[in-house]
Amino acid sequence: MTDASIAGAAPEPKKSSLLVQDARTRKRNAAEARFRMYGLGAVCTGILALVLLLASILSNGLSSFQQTYITLEVALPADKLDKNGNRDRAEMAKVSTFGYQPLIAAAMEQKMTARGISVEGLSAKDAAGLVSKEAPAQLRNFVLANPDVLDTTRTFEFLASGRVDGYYKGRVSMETAQLDKNISPEQLQLADILLEEGTLETRFNWRFFTAPDASGQRPEAAGLGVAILGSFYMMLVVLCLALPIGVATSIYLEEFAPKNRITDLIEVNISNLAAVPSIVFGILGLAIFINFAGLPQSAPIVGGLVLTLMTLPTIIISTRASLKSVPPSIRDAALGVGASKMQSVFHHVLPLAAPGILTGTIIGLAQALGETAPLLLIGMVAFVREYPAAPPEGFFDPASALPVQIYNWTQRSDPAFVERASGAIIVLLAFLLVMNAIAILLRRKFERRW
Amino acid sequence: MNDMRFTERAVVEDKKIAAKGVQVYYGSNHAIKDVNVDILDKTVTAFIGPSGCGKSTFLRCINRMNDTIDIARVEGDILLDGEDIYDAKVDPVQLRAKVGMVFQKPNPFPKSIYDNVAYGPRIHGLARTKADLDEIVEKSLRRAALWDEAKDRLEQPGTGLSGGQQQRLCIARAVATSPEVLLMDEPCSALDPIATAQVEELIDELRERFSVVIVTHSMQQAARVSQRTAFFHLGELVEYGETGQIFTNPEDPRTESYITGRIG
Ligand SMILES: Nc1ncnc2c1ncn2[C@@H]1O[C@H](COP(=O)(O)OP(=O)(O)OP(=O)(O)O)[C@@H](O)[C@H]1O
Ligand SMILES: [Mg+2]
Repeated sequence: MTDASIAGAAPEPKKSSLLVQDARTRKRNAAEARFRMYGLGAVCTGILALVLLLASILSNGLSSFQQTYITLEVALPADKLDKNGNRDRAEMAKVSTFGYQPLIAAAMEQKMTARGISVEGLSAKDAAGLVSKEAPAQLRNFVLANPDVLDTTRTFEFLASGRVDGYYKGRVSMETAQLDKNISPEQLQLADILLEEGTLETRFNWRFFTAPDASGQRPEAAGLGVAILGSFYMMLVVLCLALPIGVATSIYLEEFAPKNRITDLIEVNISNLAAVPSIVFGILGLAIFINFAGLPQSAPIVGGLVLTLMTLPTIIISTRASLKSVPPSIRDAALGVGASKMQSVFHHVLPLAAPGILTGTIIGLAQALGETAPLLLIGMVAFVREYPAAPPEGFFDPASALPVQIYNWTQRSDPAFVERASGAIIVLLAFLLVMNAIAILLRRKFERRW
Repeated sequence: MNDMRFTERAVVEDKKIAAKGVQVYYGSNHAIKDVNVDILDKTVTAFIGPSGCGKSTFLRCINRMNDTIDIARVEGDILLDGEDIYDAKVDPVQLRAKVGMVFQKPNPFPKSIYDNVAYGPRIHGLARTKADLDEIVEKSLRRAALWDEAKDRLEQPGTGLSGGQQQRLCIARAVATSPEVLLMDEPCSALDPIATAQVEELIDELRERFSVVIVTHSMQQAARVSQRTAFFHLGELVEYGETGQIFTNPEDPRTESYITGRIG
C-alpha cells in the first residue's frame, strides 16, 4: 500500500455552487420532509383518537356529577314509628322502610294541596313515585339516629327517582315515558311544575363520590364511596409492599448480586412475570391468599396483595433501568474515597436513580388502580353497601374497587347506569391524571437539584 | 538540583508497596504481564507508556478498584507495608481509605463542591465538628489549587465546574481523606499549564508525607515531578528506575524509542 494508491482511491473534489442544491441533497431533503409528514400524521391520529374517546366519555358521564333533588317537609308521627312510645331504638328498628313509605306519600300530597298543584290523572301514590325508592331508607336512618325528632315535621332533601333525573338530563322524554312502566308523562308534568316553584332542583352531586353502590332499581342513589375507599386501601397495600420489595430486589440484583446463571434466571423470570396476563395473578390470589391462607374474599388486603404481585415486575424493571443509567464513574468515585458498596449505593446511586424509581412506581400504581380482571376472581365484584372500617381492620372488610364498579355498572339494565359508569370512568381517569402529574412533579423536583 | 534530590531520597529507601508477579486478565485479554515493582514511601513514581499498555489497569490493582470489574482477574501479590492487600481478610474499603485515587476522567459527585470534598472525611469520621470539616475542605481545596475559584460557590454543584476544575475537585476530594498513598491517573490531562503547575506543586508537597503514583503521557511532567519512573509497554514493565536515569540513560531500547518519540 503506497501513498499513491490511497490518494487514487479518493474521488476528485467536484466544483459546485453552494447556492444550488444537487440531486442528492434534494432527495435527502425530500425524504426528511416525507418522514416528518408521517410523524405528524401519526401524532394527529393519536390525538384524534384521544379526543374522540374523551368526548364520548365526557358527554356520557359528565351528567352524573349533577343530580335532581326534591325537598319535602315530612311529618314524623310517633304513633306510627314508635308504637310503644319509649324511644327504644331496638323497638323502633322493627318498623321497616315500608312503614316510612306512606309518610313520604303524605308529605308529597300535602305539598301539592298546599301549593294548589294538581295534574290530571295523577294519583297521590304516583306523585310520590317522583321520589327515589331510596328515600324511605334515608328517612328511617335519620329517625333511628335521632329519636327525638319524632312528632315533629322536618325538611328533607330526597333524591328524585332515576327517571325524573334522566328527564332533566335528556335521557327520558314525554314519548319514552308513555312506554315506560316506571314513569308516566303526568309524573313528568308534575316534576316540571315542582321545578318551577323550586321544590325540585338539579345541582352538584357530592353523593356520587361518597355514597355506596345501590341496587339496580335505584341508579340515582348509586355512588362510588365504597369503591374509592376500596381502591385507596388497595393502593396503600400495593405501595407499602411493592415499593420496598421492588426497590430492594432491584438494588440487590443490580448492585450486589454476582452475575451468574441463577441471577440470569431470576432476571428472565422477572421479565416474564411482567408479561403474564393479569387474570392469572387473580387465579393465583384466589388459590393462595383465599383458599390456602384463608384471607376473606372481597377484601382490599387480598386485592392489594394480588396487585402487588402484578406491580412488582414493573417496579423492578423500571428501578433497574434507572439504576443502570447512573454512570459507573459515580460508583468508582465513591469507592475510590473509601465508601463501602452500600454507602456508594445509598449516598450516590439511589438519589440519582430516585426520579426514575418514583416514576416507575407511580406508573405501576396507576396500572394497578385500573386493573379489573384479577379483582373479579377474588370476589371484589360483590355488591357492597357497607363502608370498610378504618385501617388496619378495614383491609379485611369487604369493599369494591373503582374499575370493578365500572364493570359492574355497565352490566346493569337501567340506562341511568350508563351515565354512572361513564362518570366513574371520569373519576378513575382523574385519579390517574393526578398520579401522573405527581410523578412528573416529583421527577422535576428531584432532577432540578442538579 | 533535581539530581541532588534523587540521591537524598535514595538514602531513605523504604518500600511502601511491593508488587510481585502481578498478572491481570480481562476475560481472556492478558492486560498486565508479570509485573514486579517496588514503590517507595515519600516518593513520586511516574508510570509512562503508550496508550493501552496497562498503566491504569496496574494503578487500579493497587487500591483494588479492579474488584468492581466482573471480568477482571488479578494474580500475584501486592504488599502495602508488608501486608498482602489481596489477602482474604483485607476489606477493600479499608484499603481504599489508605490508598486514594484520582481517576482519568473527572467524576465529581452530583452534589455541592463542599459536599464533594467533605464526603470522604464524613464517612471516615475524620472531623468532629463542622469547623473541623470546614477546615479540611478549605485545606484540601487550597492544595488542589481550587480554593480561589471555588470559595464563593461552595454550595453550587461540583458538576457545574469546568472540566479542569472538576479534575482539581477530584484531587481535593482524594486529598481530603489524608491517604497514605495517592494514585493519580493522568490528573493533568484536562488542565491548562497554570493549573498543571499548581497540581505539580501539590504533588511535590504531598511527597513529604505520602507516596504518590502518577500516570502521565507527558514526558516533561514525569521528569519534573517524579523521582522514579516505570515504563510499561504492552502490559509488561519494561524498565523501572530513577527518573533521571530513565530519561538520560535508558537500558532498554524500547524505553529509549518511546522517550524519544518513536513508539507511541
Ligand atoms: N474494563 C475493562 N474491560 C476490558 N478490558 C479492559 C478494561 N479496561 C482496560 N481494558 C484493556 O486493558 C488494556 C489496558 O488498558 P488500560 O486502561 O490499563 O490502558 P492505559 O495504559 O491506561 O491506556 P491510556 O493511556 O490510554 O489510559 C487495554 O487493552 C484495554 O483494552
Ligand atoms: Mg489509562
